[in-house]
Amino acid sequence: MSAVGAQVVVAVVQVVVLVLAAPVVVGVTREVRARAEGRAGGRVGQPWRDLVKWWRKRPLQATGTSVVSRIAPVLLLSSSLVVVALVPLVTAAPTVVPADLLVVVSVLLVGTVAIALLGLDAGSAFGGMGSSRHMMIAALVEPTVLMAVYALSVPVGSSSLSAIVDARRDDPASIASPAGVLAVVALVVVVLAETGRLPVDNPSTHLELTMVHEAMLLEASGRDLASLELGGWLRLSALLGLVGNLVLPWGVAGGTGPGELALGAVALLAKLGLLAAVLGAAEVGVAKLRLFRVPELLAGSFVLAFLAVTASALVA
Amino acid sequence: MSTHPRHTAHEVEAGRLVGEVEALLGAGARLALVAAHDDGPSGFRVVYLFADPAQGRTELVLRVPREAPAIPSLASLSFPAGRFERGLQDTFGITPTGHPRPRRLVLHDHWPVDWYPMRRDATTEPRFGPDRGTFSFVPVLGEGVYEIPVGPVHAGMIEPGHFRFSVVGETIIRMKARLWFVHRGMEKLFEGRTAAEGLALAEVISGDTAVGHGLAFAMAVEDAAGLVVDEQDRLVRALLLELERLHNHVSDLGAIANDVGFGIAAAHTQRLRERLLRQHAALTGHRLLRGGVRIGGAALAGDVDVALVRGVASELAEVVDITLGNSVVMDRFVGTAVLGREAAAEMGVLGYVARASGLDVDARRDHPFVDLGDRFAVVTRQDGDVHARFAVRAEEAQVSAALVADLADRLDGRRGTGRSAADLTGAASRSGASLVEAWRGTACHRVELDASGRTTRVAVVDPSFFTWPALPVSLQDTIVPDFPLANKSFNQSYAGNDL
Repeated sequence: MSAVGAQVVVAVVQVVVLVLAAPVVVGVTREVRARAEGRAGGRVGQPWRDLVKWWRKRPLQATGTSVVSRIAPVLLLSSSLVVVALVPLVTAAPTVVPADLLVVVSVLLVGTVAIALLGLDAGSAFGGMGSSRHMMIAALVEPTVLMAVYALSVPVGSSSLSAIVDARRDDPASIASPAGVLAVVALVVVVLAETGRLPVDNPSTHLELTMVHEAMLLEASGRDLASLELGGWLRLSALLGLVGNLVLPWGVAGGTGPGELALGAVALLAKLGLLAAVLGAAEVGVAKLRLFRVPELLAGSFVLAFLAVTASALVA
Repeated sequence: MSTHPRHTAHEVEAGRLVGEVEALLGAGARLALVAAHDDGPSGFRVVYLFADPAQGRTELVLRVPREAPAIPSLASLSFPAGRFERGLQDTFGITPTGHPRPRRLVLHDHWPVDWYPMRRDATTEPRFGPDRGTFSFVPVLGEGVYEIPVGPVHAGMIEPGHFRFSVVGETIIRMKARLWFVHRGMEKLFEGRTAAEGLALAEVISGDTAVGHGLAFAMAVEDAAGLVVDEQDRLVRALLLELERLHNHVSDLGAIANDVGFGIAAAHTQRLRERLLRQHAALTGHRLLRGGVRIGGAALAGDVDVALVRGVASELAEVVDITLGNSVVMDRFVGTAVLGREAAAEMGVLGYVARASGLDVDARRDHPFVDLGDRFAVVTRQDGDVHARFAVRAEEAQVSAALVADLADRLDGRRGTGRSAADLTGAASRSGASLVEAWRGTACHRVELDASGRTTRVAVVDPSFFTWPALPVSLQDTIVPDFPLANKSFNQSYAGNDL
């Protein structure tokens, strides 16, 4: 098999595994949280059933919406799929486009902007509020993501996520290094903010005035809603998977052989399941921050990322 | 009871009304109710009911001619009076002369202009026009100011209300609430019914206040008919009232926490509430305690499980501790949506909202119908923020649980006489009134009976009528995403307000 062919196979495998797993990841967090709170909860497969239900329905467009409302769901979903294909999840082998951290952050930002525009498009007050809050958070999150991953890339001497994961697996001592720990903690905080989880946003609220992510989706329905939800869940799963591979780099395939990929996929699913359960359990004890406290939290995570860069520069 | 307060009523002339009201309010009385009556050809009669813990109730009666009916406005003396007058203008067509803002209150703009539903000659089927949409919001101008309209249809299981926010960034500059979407013509529905029918109606004025309004109605009828209620029945009534307070506070405490994303508190308070409701079903045959209060009596179908109530109270205390022990929750609660004591007093706010702002008002102490014993205490806080309203509820729930235990002890297995007065015949146009501390605050009913004992007119005031206008006041310096939290901490009744 040619090198390019193998890279395509890797991308396809990652996309298929993540698309299948992402709704279940969300289902696991919900179920764990429900059980921990003493509720029965829906079943783990409920997000999948929702997705299938929405997919069968024709989307309704609010009057006065433009082409943005039709394109944004596609844009968010495709950007999420690209991220999933690029980030070293199942394997750390290089993919078609290098999994460069700047490329990944840029592609994530495409989805972020698409959904913000969607929120504005219908002209409703809620969507506008959601978009404005979303962009405020995004503006604070992106620098931290760059800083945190940059701190991890310094010892490796490459900004490729694959190379970083590879290096950490080969040298587990670097995982527990001060720079490594600080960077991962910073990354976890911004992943929570980016994916609209507590304490930044409450994905299970019905209160329009408090929403961030959900407010932008209020006008979406049918297939569009399915695209948006799946896009969001894929982002969550990809970022959780990345954090999982940075903290526990074992099991990530080194090459592109079928056996290696299968093992890598199993390892990834195990890590996603674990992280989803941890996320669900952690949300039980957390309340949502006052909106104006969110910048303080994100500034804190930026400081951690900055310290991580400093530490890695000093050590290196 | 031995310390029966004095109740007086006398007629005033229009020219002397303002002076008399000023004197009453100055002496510490509270305007509890304003009700108009259509006496046919002889014109209208407006009754002003004042409540004073020391003086009992005082009624001022003002007669208004049928032609071009008008009353001198009291809006400059009392904020609630101004709102009552707007209600009279909408439903009776009585003009409050000198009212600073005589806009419509009860009836939205699609109601016909010269049609007054509470007049005896009103046709039953008004012809609705289009909503002329003149519900004017004060325009707030300036750079970056925008409006957010919310409701009346909401995403959750909430009653209908329309809120319009003028906002800069995330900070609320002004909020205006439009209610009366669930105006059902309650007071009109009471006309011409037997007391038993009226009682069933009173229990559904606001679903979560079945005992509060049911008891207020029964007591008003008993006051009019001169019925004396056995002490046993009064104990049962107090018991039911505290059970109602308990289950509502339990569910509110979780709901407030849920609004800051602290779902575990809500999950457990829902479980506790369910245990209480199942007991209620065994006590009165209805999960929300309908049917326990009778005209002239009260009845239970079973004995209160005091251990269950104590268990709920202690588990509730644990949930409250866990909730207030969370630093993020505390950060959301403390200092949010502050209602100052002065503003609260001026607006005549009632119930836990008033007590959280330092106003020591509670009809259980100020207008008692039974001695509640030593463990009864009025809980107050000074801060007036969400935390204060949460804390007042938490403590009141504990007081209520203790009172339930005490009352069950005093009842000692007795379940009320079960008496239900069937014969209320007597003199025509008897009137009676009552003040009951329902769980949201003091409910006030005033009834008039004809010779056969049917109600010719029932005037109802839910505490929400007084407390709703305070919500926008508390929102100064509050940000939009904190509004649902502020609103939940008030948790006023839409149905009770809209009637």
